[in-house]
Amino acid sequence: MLWLLFFLVTAIHAELCQPDGENAFKVRLSIRTALGDKAYAWDTNEEYLFKAMVAFSMRKVPNRETTEISHVLLCNVTQRVSFWFVVTDPSKTHTLPAVEIQSAIRMNRNRINNAFFLNDQTLEFLRIPSTLAPPTDPPVPIWIIIFGVIFCIVIVATMLLILSGIQQHRRKNEGPSEMEDTEDKCENTITVENGIPCDPLDMKGGHINDAFMTEDERLTPL
Amino acid sequence: MLIVEGMPLLYLELAVGQRMRQGSIGAWRTISPYLSGVGVASVVVSFFLSMYYNVINAWAFWYLFHSFQDPLPWSVCPVNGNRTGYDEECEKATSTQYFWYRKTLNISPSIQENGAVQWEPALCLILAWLLVYLCILRGTESTGKVVYFTASLPYCVLLIYLIRGLTLHGATNGLVYMFTPKMEQLANPKAWINAATQIFFSLGLGFGSLIAFASYNEPSNDCQKHAIIVSLLNSSTSIFASVVTFSIYGFKATFNYESCLNKVILLLTNSFDLEDGFLTASNLEQVKGYLASAYPSKYNEVFPQIKNCSLETELDTAVQGTGLAFIVYTEAIKNMEVSQLWSVLYFFMLLMLGIGSMLGNTAAILTPLTDSKAISSYLPKEAISGLVCFVNCAIGMVFTTEAGNYWFDIFNDYAATLSLLLIVLVETVAVCYLYGLRRFESDLRAMTGRKLSWYWKAMWAGVSPLLIVSLFVFYLSDYIMTGTLRYQAWDASEGQLVTKDYPPYALAIIGLLVASSTMCIPLVALGTFITRCLKRGDTVPGA
Repeated sequence: MLWLLFFLVTAIHAELCQPDGENAFKVRLSIRTALGDKAYAWDTNEEYLFKAMVAFSMRKVPNRETTEISHVLLCNVTQRVSFWFVVTDPSKTHTLPAVEIQSAIRMNRNRINNAFFLNDQTLEFLRIPSTLAPPTDPPVPIWIIIFGVIFCIVIVATMLLILSGIQQHRRKNEGPSEMEDTEDKCENTITVENGIPCDPLDMKGGHINDAFMTEDERLTPL
Repeated sequence: MLIVEGMPLLYLELAVGQRMRQGSIGAWRTISPYLSGVGVASVVVSFFLSMYYNVINAWAFWYLFHSFQDPLPWSVCPVNGNRTGYDEECEKATSTQYFWYRKTLNISPSIQENGAVQWEPALCLILAWLLVYLCILRGTESTGKVVYFTASLPYCVLLIYLIRGLTLHGATNGLVYMFTPKMEQLANPKAWINAATQIFFSLGLGFGSLIAFASYNEPSNDCQKHAIIVSLLNSSTSIFASVVTFSIYGFKATFNYESCLNKVILLLTNSFDLEDGFLTASNLEQVKGYLASAYPSKYNEVFPQIKNCSLETELDTAVQGTGLAFIVYTEAIKNMEVSQLWSVLYFFMLLMLGIGSMLGNTAAILTPLTDSKAISSYLPKEAISGLVCFVNCAIGMVFTTEAGNYWFDIFNDYAATLSLLLIVLVETVAVCYLYGLRRFESDLRAMTGRKLSWYWKAMWAGVSPLLIVSLFVFYLSDYIMTGTLRYQAWDASEGQLVTKDYPPYALAIIGLLVASSTMCIPLVALGTFITRCLKRGDTVPGA
């Protein structure tokens, strides 16, 4: 009689938790990818912890506070490590609806991840999408601040240059203003030239031409 | 290409500017009154160029301002509405492409849909023009000082990038790829055509900016030495920059190749529930074979999703132009450590280079304007520069609309290419045959005191014009053979570029662009001829 009951229980257990079964979810862990050398081996103790975490998540759902660790069933554990799990009701006859399990796991995803030192990518619940972190938007976008700073600097520099240009213009207007443009170009050539600037003799108006100086002195004045 | 085409033409332009001591319009009018159209065409081309080129600086500013965030905004996809996954368009394309096409450009699906002016790029464009105005405000004297800064800083940044690039994982792959000559590519004439065109634009021939700058030189300046030094420096900088580019390229290709491999490994590990960490890059092929034989049905299911990862295909995805700068490089930068620093450095360098080019362009436009007595007697220099910048900025707003990038591509591809070839051809022919090679030679000897070597004479008189004519013929035949012109449009639903045909009005604008600069030469020649005939008609009866 006892053997019959035992077979019945295991048969029901096997029926409830099946790959692609109703309300069953596949879990996939990538422990070695996440932890490298510090990877721990997946054994029955880890499975017990997993069952405990799932039961904990279900207990947070209203109406399911009586979920026990024994209600969580695991099956088809592979070397990957991956397995399927279901959560049964207290009578162990049928499984809890997938929607409830989904919302429970989603709300406590962070705690479950931390228990295993994994994250959303290395501890995957297939068909349970993880909630992504919202983008941290500062009240004023950073780029506008930097743009404003540089814009103000450029405007101030432009104003300064324009004002000093106008001042120079006024000062020059008081002096001779005819040869201005060509002198401008000549002055530019002097500043642009990198070597020793030589004043072209024929460009400066009003200076004594040194080439003819000696000739003047040779002629004795009358 | 450099020796046969670049150096001789550069020397020619510098010599013309130094001898005539005027901007491009005045210089060509002095050579022959019928030829002032060449100068006008140069100014028109420079005007078109300055219209669209500053948009690149605006984009560089945009990326620069966004580089001060952690994480970089183009390295992560934004989350979708109910926070269960990433934005759909971003999933289909990569996050860098999404940032470029959606966040920066907000591009529309085709050139017909114009959309509104985007205020963010518009602000950056205004800032870019303000910066250019600040630099050219005082004329060439201030431009000269600014250029010391904008020309030397990129070298420093390139050096830093060289050191960083060579130490990156996978950089050697890119360098090996760069230095192995690909014989079938060398046999393709298109490669040589591209090299010739590249030399043209790299040296800035035909824009009038060289003549403008050279006109400020001392008459006794040795421009032959300068021409040789400048062109050699230009090419060695290109090689230096391409070493940096290819090392970063190799890093990006290796990174993509390894992530592709990792994806395949993950796919196989998950489908066959193999032990985590069992599959590595080295035993992948063996295990694939084993799985194919042991579980044939399941393997066939999974097989279509397994991508064939190859380093060569990653390296072969060559991109150029704005795509290279803003998509490929940002993708490489986001994978480096301390990516904010590298991003800031890179976009700062890009800005320096762009502003430097803009200064040359605006000098080419402003020098003829300030040289002409008509305009400069009414307005001071600052007002003329301000007006030019304002007009260009207003027109540039077109490129900040949603379809702006398509118009940018039109300008980029067609505004300068053919016109420049024609301008430089006419320049060379004019100096050699209209002005007279011997006369020019004696002018140069009077100026610099050096005799003109036979090499330059041979190049100017024969080789360079022939080369330019052949380039011209090639471009025209290429256009005639392909029939209509097409462009790449971004399809948001696919997350990819698709090829579309230009609508008729876009084709008309392309034609207008090319015609307006090339037709200047014959039209002005015709106009001068007519006015001369009229004048002769007036004076003959009088005398």
